[in-house]
Amino acid sequence: MLPLASILFEVVGKGLPAISLSFLTRPTGNVTDPSSGIGNAIEGTLILIGVTCLIAVPIGLFAGIYLAEFGDNKFGRTIRFLNDVLAEFPSIVIGILAFSVVVIAIGHFSAIAGAVALSIIMLPIVTRTTEESIKLVPSSIRDASMALGIRRWRTSLSVVLVTAKDGVITGIMLSIARISGETAPLLLTVLGSGFFFSGLDQPIDALPLRIFTDYKNSNYPSALAQGWGAALVLIMLVLGLNLGVRLLTRGRSSFARARA
Amino acid sequence: MSLSEEARPQQAKTPIRKRLDALPALRFSIDDLFETSTTILAASIILIITVTSVLLIRGSIPVLEGFKTGFFTGTNWISVAGSESYGVLPYVLGTLVTSAIAVAVGVPLSLGIAIFLAEMAPWSVRNALSRVIELLAAVPSIIYGFWGLFVFRFWIRDYLEAPITSYAGAFPVFQGTPFGLDILTAGLILAIMIIPTVSSISKDVMMAVPSSQREAAYSIGATRWEVVRTGVLGYARSGIFGAIILGLGRAVGETMAVTMVIGNASGSAALPTSLFKQGATMASVIANEFSEAESGSLHLSALIGIGLTLFLFALVINVFAQVMVWRVLKVRGGSVE
Repeated sequence: MLPLASILFEVVGKGLPAISLSFLTRPTGNVTDPSSGIGNAIEGTLILIGVTCLIAVPIGLFAGIYLAEFGDNKFGRTIRFLNDVLAEFPSIVIGILAFSVVVIAIGHFSAIAGAVALSIIMLPIVTRTTEESIKLVPSSIRDASMALGIRRWRTSLSVVLVTAKDGVITGIMLSIARISGETAPLLLTVLGSGFFFSGLDQPIDALPLRIFTDYKNSNYPSALAQGWGAALVLIMLVLGLNLGVRLLTRGRSSFARARA
Repeated sequence: MSLSEEARPQQAKTPIRKRLDALPALRFSIDDLFETSTTILAASIILIITVTSVLLIRGSIPVLEGFKTGFFTGTNWISVAGSESYGVLPYVLGTLVTSAIAVAVGVPLSLGIAIFLAEMAPWSVRNALSRVIELLAAVPSIIYGFWGLFVFRFWIRDYLEAPITSYAGAFPVFQGTPFGLDILTAGLILAIMIIPTVSSISKDVMMAVPSSQREAAYSIGATRWEVVRTGVLGYARSGIFGAIILGLGRAVGETMAVTMVIGNASGSAALPTSLFKQGATMASVIANEFSEAESGSLHLSALIGIGLTLFLFALVINVFAQVMVWRVLKVRGGSVE
């Protein structure tokens, strides 16, 4: 499709010249300095992804397990519906939420606020994919496990979930791809910075945020070039995760791809 | 499903077990703990939605108290302390106009793609093209914005807006000298962004139409197009409608791409009177002004007020869409066979 081709072409074309080892590893500092790099943005994105997963994956897994194992009742249906509603929240509203809760509490912008915002975005996706993956496990496996005397909770965790793990991991990877590109909630929660990681309660930079700041400063040619380079890195990350997921699920059912 | 007492695997009667069995109030097992903990975590979703609503309302109270309904109908946006005046009407209109453009342009394209994929393409083409569309959906919106700002808008300016201005520049909706960063461009980028969503859901819905519908239409002599129109589209209508509404919901909530190409006017200058004017949407205002608004100020409260309005918009649209898509996808299996 034409826009995709154009996007890829432009980003690669304009971004590639900017990429070099120093570009990838040096901090931004003063953005008009031609020697600045996006090392801290990359580090920031990785840290945010890590903390977000720590928060969202356990909650999402357990919520998905609940919906799949115990969720045939009215409560379950409500949760499922609200889960889909949450998945469609405008990301900037989630940013406002994280701001009001975390930034106000700590007193200034911080990485943990960004992680909270991103985990709210990630949670519904993980819940949905986990539930669907578990539902696909044939009941014969569950029955066999119970027949052997394995307790209910152990069955769910060690037998059913392990069988469903491909779908679950697919969902997690796709949601990571989604949140690494999210800018709006980060604008309201982490502020961005020119320096490397200095603590979870301090502002932090991230790839999409860096791109946005470069846009704001795009009168300076070095900032503009940096923006294209950052865009290239980001799009490689996102598309790489997506393509990786496609490759992993090749030959399997298509539900996992369609769900996120 | 919870198991009954007999069905639970028998636990060895250790001494502790025997004592626990004797105390009915303390009878629990790790199974119960498991069930309870998963229930609690699932309920966190309700918690998040509730907290969001409460915080948005609480945060907006200062500005709503100050301006009452004037907040929703006013057009000023002055945040200088002392002579503040806030009205969200231009931004609401901006959101509506850009989303309308997105739907008007994006939906026909999406439906065309969906019909092509569902009805006419050989399965290899269908798979390949579906993958491409999924990749298009995965591109982060800020990259759309960046590309839109540095590439797309020049296309629009040179190939779309310049000709229109020279021929139809007198029409009120085309007034102004376009330089590419305006409501039209924002609407068009939104259209590109909703195509993957709308087309893939529509395609799924159309493929879920049982083939008996198509066969019946063929058997009474319908042409290819008539089969699609009556047999497939009629049946899938509410699902496709739901897909469109879902796309609309996405367009309404989209922030970054719009912020970067819409030109960012403010206050009454942001009223969308011409497609070539700079404008602003609810989301773009929040994105632009939030980090500078002082904590606890009326300005911040006004921004949260916009957030509340946007939240309600998106909520209504998305709940509506969910219900519609749900209905069709549920009917899939047990229909007229």
